[in-house]
Amino acid sequence: MVLTKHQQEMLDGRLGRGKAMAMQIQVAIGEGFQAERLVPISRAHVALSAQEADVWFAGKLRDAGAVCAVPPTVNPGYSLSYFTECGLIDSESSVLMQRTHEVYNALGAVLTYSCTPYLFGNIPRYGELVSFSETSVSVYANSVLGAKTHREGASSSLCAAVTGYVPEYGMLLDENRFGDVLVEVRASVKKDFDFALLGLTGAKIGGGVPVFQGLDPHMSTEALIALGAQLNVSGICDKYHIIGVTPDARTPEEAFGGRAPKRRVTITEQDLEEALRHYSPPPKKKIDFVMLGCPHYTYEQVRRVAELLGGKKAVGDIWILTSSAVTDLALQTGLEAELASSGGRLVPDTCVDQSSCFGHLSGTGGVTDSPKCAYYMGAFGVDVAVRDVETCIRWAINGRAD
Amino acid sequence: MQTVFRCHKISPGVAEGEVLISRDPILFYKTNSLTGEVTEPGHSLEGKCIKDKILVFPGGKGSSVVQADGMYKLDRDGTAPKGFIVRDLDTVLVSSAIIMEMPMVDGVEDAFYQLIKDGDFVRMDAGRGILEVLP
Repeated sequence: MVLTKHQQEMLDGRLGRGKAMAMQIQVAIGEGFQAERLVPISRAHVALSAQEADVWFAGKLRDAGAVCAVPPTVNPGYSLSYFTECGLIDSESSVLMQRTHEVYNALGAVLTYSCTPYLFGNIPRYGELVSFSETSVSVYANSVLGAKTHREGASSSLCAAVTGYVPEYGMLLDENRFGDVLVEVRASVKKDFDFALLGLTGAKIGGGVPVFQGLDPHMSTEALIALGAQLNVSGICDKYHIIGVTPDARTPEEAFGGRAPKRRVTITEQDLEEALRHYSPPPKKKIDFVMLGCPHYTYEQVRRVAELLGGKKAVGDIWILTSSAVTDLALQTGLEAELASSGGRLVPDTCVDQSSCFGHLSGTGGVTDSPKCAYYMGAFGVDVAVRDVETCIRWAINGRAD
Repeated sequence: MQTVFRCHKISPGVAEGEVLISRDPILFYKTNSLTGEVTEPGHSLEGKCIKDKILVFPGGKGSSVVQADGMYKLDRDGTAPKGFIVRDLDTVLVSSAIIMEMPMVDGVEDAFYQLIKDGDFVRMDAGRGILEVLP
């Protein structure tokens, strides 16, 4: 790999030990992918997780004196103030989150704690070169916004934020951004939840960039978020195209760059039903909680929950995870108070994968509208059934599954 | 018969051990770090132990943080595979291996895949780009 003078100085440690450490890792990644050079980025988003590996690695960079050249926004861990106030966390169990907060602060990150930075706080333009990690963030930036990013790991995007560069390979090169697989959708995909199920067919779609054909172009932002997130639960997906919707896919020719698809896949109603069966544990009879907001809910989704509740009181808790941008707005508009009176708990800055906040739900009956939520909560022993939001709220009001 | 194969270094290191082949992509978060067993339901390695193995698999999957956390915990608890032989690269997997200093290679000759089966012994030298199937 050929480095510029500035990059070489960083690698050699003349700009400090922290920069050198980050640069060494990036050069190794670049060599792994046979990149020829490093290119500058203008934005970064680090999928901080407040898990041990995250704190260990970020701490290592901080101890070496690293400060971010491009201040990144960050993913949620959990809201220390919220969970301390409601008594679910004490100062001993929150050590990891406190350390995460301190370490990322010292590195110069912007502590947004949201997994939807592309809606608030960190919005790239079409064609912008960025370094975004997070299941739904990289794919949304590449597919919907037309920015260019690797599907970074938390650590690789943190290194990019520290150095201000990324190795050039994969999604940064135009020839790799065309479609590979033609996905003919022969199923009814209309509601946001249908798009989540479509995203669960990643194993059938296989590797490469999928191009979806046969979808009604009148789809919501939330549907596009769900599709990208779930494609990265059932497999890995850097970018997708939807003919007539996403910016690089006005026509099939444009999406495929004038080439023939490498593969063709048809998705049927049966595929969607099988995907749901595979990712949803069977519901328990009694429903104790609903978990919404994976990825973080938009204001529109929060409003919809209040509408579905219609002033009725839920039997258990309805957890709604979102960004502080949305909770602030909901406080101002009165939506937060309306939800609270029906049993809705609007929680900022928090991810469903935080076992220290949600581990106590193990053994109780839960339902979510996000297969990703079920997949990751299952990893710490909380079984959550997957249904559309209408069903989630109906079960919450009745306190039991149908 | 050919027993030495070329490969491409991702993360340096030398490792020797028993081969375990996965048909499916792997998310290391879905393992039990105390036993080294794969816990993901329906996975082709479900219930199998990856500790000290040379793991041959198509690639990674899952979110950008939990892959690294899974590998970190396997390493911490002494249940990590000794080496990784991967077909399709992704940034999450590659950066995790480099940071965790676990030997990983890709770009292995086709002949290796035709020869290799579970239980074979392999020596990998990632830095030199060499894989050797041991007698």
